[in-house]
Amino acid sequence: MSTFTPAPSAAPLIKQVAAQARMEARLMLRNGEQLLLAIVIPVIVLVGGVLGAERLGLDLDGHRPVDVLAPGVLALAVMSTAFTSIAIATGFERRYGVIKRLGASPLPRSGLLIGKVLALLNVVALQLVVLVVVGLLLDWRPSLDHPLLSVAATALAVAAGTWAFASLGLFVAGVLRAEATLALANLVYLLLMAGGGVVLPTSSYGAASGVIGFLPSAALGDAMRAALVDARLDGTALVILVVWGVLGTFLTARTFRWE
Amino acid sequence: MRVPPPSPAVDIDGLVMAYGDKTAVDGLSMQVARGSITAVLGPNGAGKTTTLETCEGYRRPQAGTVRVLGLDPQRQRRELLPRIGVMLQAGGAWSGVRAMEMLDHVAALHAHPLDTAMLHDRLGLADCGRTPYRRLSGGQQQRLGLAMALVGRPELVFVDEPTAGMDPQARRTTWELLEEIRTDGVTVVLTTHHMDEAEHLADQIHIIDHGRLIASGSPTELTSGGHSATIRLVVMRPFPDGAPESLGADLGSATKVTQIDARSMLITGPADGSTLRIVSQWCESHDIVPESLALGRQTLEDVFLGLTGRELA
Repeated sequence: MSTFTPAPSAAPLIKQVAAQARMEARLMLRNGEQLLLAIVIPVIVLVGGVLGAERLGLDLDGHRPVDVLAPGVLALAVMSTAFTSIAIATGFERRYGVIKRLGASPLPRSGLLIGKVLALLNVVALQLVVLVVVGLLLDWRPSLDHPLLSVAATALAVAAGTWAFASLGLFVAGVLRAEATLALANLVYLLLMAGGGVVLPTSSYGAASGVIGFLPSAALGDAMRAALVDARLDGTALVILVVWGVLGTFLTARTFRWE
Repeated sequence: MRVPPPSPAVDIDGLVMAYGDKTAVDGLSMQVARGSITAVLGPNGAGKTTTLETCEGYRRPQAGTVRVLGLDPQRQRRELLPRIGVMLQAGGAWSGVRAMEMLDHVAALHAHPLDTAMLHDRLGLADCGRTPYRRLSGGQQQRLGLAMALVGRPELVFVDEPTAGMDPQARRTTWELLEEIRTDGVTVVLTTHHMDEAEHLADQIHIIDHGRLIASGSPTELTSGGHSATIRLVVMRPFPDGAPESLGADLGSATKVTQIDARSMLITGPADGSTLRIVSQWCESHDIVPESLALGRQTLEDVFLGLTGRELA
């Protein structure tokens, strides 16, 4: 048999998806700007928030600042990767013809999407580990009243939040040009970080809190705080996240262009 | 027992593709024989890439049918894709991915890929295996694109402008590789607007213009078909109106005269001394001063010019 004698056949789908997930996770972690979003900014917010909390005079319902801020920063980390990183990465994948090229490979589009989600969950898991360690070093003491409930409620919040933000991120990346996606994804991230109820409890926004509570950022932050401060499942927040997830998925499915 | 003749690797019949008001492909019909190198030759905007992308399943034909390896690229896409290799005209890799890493990734999507290190070596990419895609030169990106098209051991590869942006040495390496894969039984469909590329590589050439097939044949058939010689006439001052018709009348119906621009014409016809003599007599009697009068074997460039009245590239 000569070198190039045809022997075409696709790898098993599961191997293709695993390869795609590994590749995307590697590229996400290699990218300096994305690491800044994923780790550096949340760590700065957490450390800065804890150190500056007293001077800011925040109303935290009598909780220690680190106990309120740590769950919020975990929510921020999920938002940064699931929304901003995914939107930017996908926008440039479209721009550079990566999605088009892979569209002519044996990897089906569903495989591409599953690979992307697996890569995203991997990166989120890594972020959460780092941030939990930093939190514990700052003497974070999550509620231990019902540890199993806390863990389950956190996992649900992370899953629903990842779904909501990733679907919205893909929606943005699928309709805008790569540069516009880059600008918008960063802008939305900054706005939500500052005023979206993600790091600070929705209740601390006073009169605006009613509206802010419906943002996916506030819902994710509130769900994380309920799980880790009060050992409680915040059903309302989860429902809000699921509604955003359904909306984002619907919009993406209707509008996404692969090229 | 008689073996039925193999079906063509690509069979396009009456393909029509339009973008808005602009018709890119206008009733194109052509076939590609298995095991051949077939060049789709035409100027930019002739509809080459659109045709290829329809074969690759990216676009749905608006009219007509396309079959690739006997399959419908739309409805049987999942069955078809593992069997073909695709080289896009540009891009196709993450900007931060390393060259070797990208090739390994595409290899991992196939069950029996080629050895990626060997492929990198063969395409002269061994030195830049760890270089991020965005830092590769245009020619290196092209070669990586070709490697990505070949790594899955396809039966058929579509390569869109494979040597665009390559230096002459890389171009030669690429040509040699394409000839080798044909020897090993791979069918190659390439688009190009380089005459020499089509003439050097192709077993069969399809010339398309404005989305239509205007000529088909082997390089030899196309360059000798009917005509055996060409004369290029370039003159000092622009031709008067009606000059091609007037010269054509003097030369007779066996000869074809095409005006290329204000001061040059292409004359194709039987290669005998009388043609040159008639052309110089015609110049003299019309008070036209020739700058050059060159007789040569017809090239593909001349074929294209004779068919369309325009230069190819």
